[in-house]
Amino acid sequence: MSTKEKAWWGVAGVAIVLYALFPIAWIVSLSFKAPSALNNGDFLPGTPTWENYSLILTGGASDLFLPALRNSFGICLIATAISCLLAMFAAYAIARLDFPGKKFILGTALAVAIFPVISIVTPLFNLWRNIGLYDTWPGLIIPYLSLTLPISIWTMSAFFREIPWEMEQAAQVDGATTWQAFRKVIVPLAAPGVFTTAIIAFFIAWNDFVYGISLTSTEAARPVPAALGLFSGASQFEDPTGAIAAAAVIVTIPVVVLVLLFQRRIVAGLTNGAVKG
Amino acid sequence: MTQTTLPPVEKTQPVSAPGGTTSDRSKSERKLGWLLAGPALLVMLLVTAYPIAQAVYDSLFDFRLTDPDNRSFTGLSNYAVILSDWLWWRSLLVTGFITLVTVAVELVLGFALAMVMAKALSTIRPVLRAAILIPYAVITVVSAFAWQFAFDIQTGFVNSWFGWLPGIGEDTDWFGGTWTSLLVICLAEIWKTTPFISLLLLAGLAQVPEVLQEAAKVDGATWWQRMRKVTLPNMKAAIMVALLFRTLDAFRVFDSIFIMTGGANATESVSFLAYRQTISRLEIGLGSAVSVLLFLAVVFIAMSFIKGFKVDLSQSRGEG
Repeated sequence: MSTKEKAWWGVAGVAIVLYALFPIAWIVSLSFKAPSALNNGDFLPGTPTWENYSLILTGGASDLFLPALRNSFGICLIATAISCLLAMFAAYAIARLDFPGKKFILGTALAVAIFPVISIVTPLFNLWRNIGLYDTWPGLIIPYLSLTLPISIWTMSAFFREIPWEMEQAAQVDGATTWQAFRKVIVPLAAPGVFTTAIIAFFIAWNDFVYGISLTSTEAARPVPAALGLFSGASQFEDPTGAIAAAAVIVTIPVVVLVLLFQRRIVAGLTNGAVKG
Repeated sequence: MTQTTLPPVEKTQPVSAPGGTTSDRSKSERKLGWLLAGPALLVMLLVTAYPIAQAVYDSLFDFRLTDPDNRSFTGLSNYAVILSDWLWWRSLLVTGFITLVTVAVELVLGFALAMVMAKALSTIRPVLRAAILIPYAVITVVSAFAWQFAFDIQTGFVNSWFGWLPGIGEDTDWFGGTWTSLLVICLAEIWKTTPFISLLLLAGLAQVPEVLQEAAKVDGATWWQRMRKVTLPNMKAAIMVALLFRTLDAFRVFDSIFIMTGGANATESVSFLAYRQTISRLEIGLGSAVSVLLFLAVVFIAMSFIKGFKVDLSQSRGEG
């Protein structure tokens, strides 16, 4: 590559970074704007203030935001854990055992993944009200499995297929017990795949809005995206924009941290599951 | 299907149980397979197949939660009501419009992003990868707010930044009309989901055999010829998978519309219509019928992709 060509690819790279970060920079900037500066049409906050953050963390909006944050973390972590556990067994069977129905399971996972979420909401809304799951944690964890389980099965079976399983037998030949072979050889090889799958499943659960807004009605179970969606209508704010921006920044921090720490694995997980054989 | 891409990775040999005849072994393996994979399959069916069956059943009744005692069987009349209502066709058109525009733009933009990432120096590649993952990982609701506030007539900076463009001024109300609202909704969707497409395409690019590229170069093929005759045909599977997933995803659009317009100014999508019937109006019968129709539309799109474009998902997943 010539120097000129290199320079052009460099410029394109800078453009990509700008593209990806610009809206995030805007919402961060907005979250530091004082109420008086909200409508001035500027991108930057001028004199930054923590006012919006104190409003949602300790002030008048904290009883809306903090329970939602707790709900989101709890519900998403539990849903992620359950789907990873179920997917681990299924992916092991798919990657390693020879049995009919393998294709059916992967096909079902695919069908569930493309399922329109709202079609599940309508019947669940009615059913959950009848059996008392409406506005509870389990009432969201169960439908969240329809989001997280299919992608977990795919991603993990793609990862597991690449594990050199012969190494387990090799270790046994070398005198390791079955348990030792499993623990010292297979677990370290499988762990990154399981971990990456968990991150991707967590992102998907964390992103949910349809279930959150339809199947909850109070702080008992309402997750952050749904709470944010309803902030706008809350009458206790003069202008909810600053508070929404601050809350948006707070819920974005965990995903940004995960992305920065594990970007290589996340990309491998996303593409392994869908494209690579 | 002739493929010049690398063949799928060879599957590892199944566990060989010591001793026993072959049929015994395969029988126990089959049993173990179902035992391990069964629970996951069961849960998937429980959380989707059961609700959709219930929705089909509910859609045959005139059933309102505000008036539960007057539930009555009405056959297909809910469907007749919906299909003869302009509201349904309008929401279908809006959904189709958003799907077409976003997927088309994302495919081109995503391909450009993938090309840049493929060519980028290995030192800056991690930076690009992390940057591009951020829109993917950000909550859709957050992205919708960011774009809404940017274009908002009160809080936005777009009007003051782009005031020099014809048609944009201090008092341009983006959310006051159908087309401008849809434009902002599409922009937000494109920003958020292009990274996913570009990562799938990047993986596809990596599968184009370097030898073929070199051979074409030696034969004097131009960049454009190599793109059309070598790169794109070899990426067909990756492109189709990316298209299928994004199309079905775009067809379910809900979050951005809820946040930005709340369905005002004729920006309601099919998902939003189903939500409004069920959750806001408590019309379980009508809402279920809309849900079933949406489900059928999604099945139809998936089928036409798989049959029409011959997308072989099992092959692209290495299950061929």
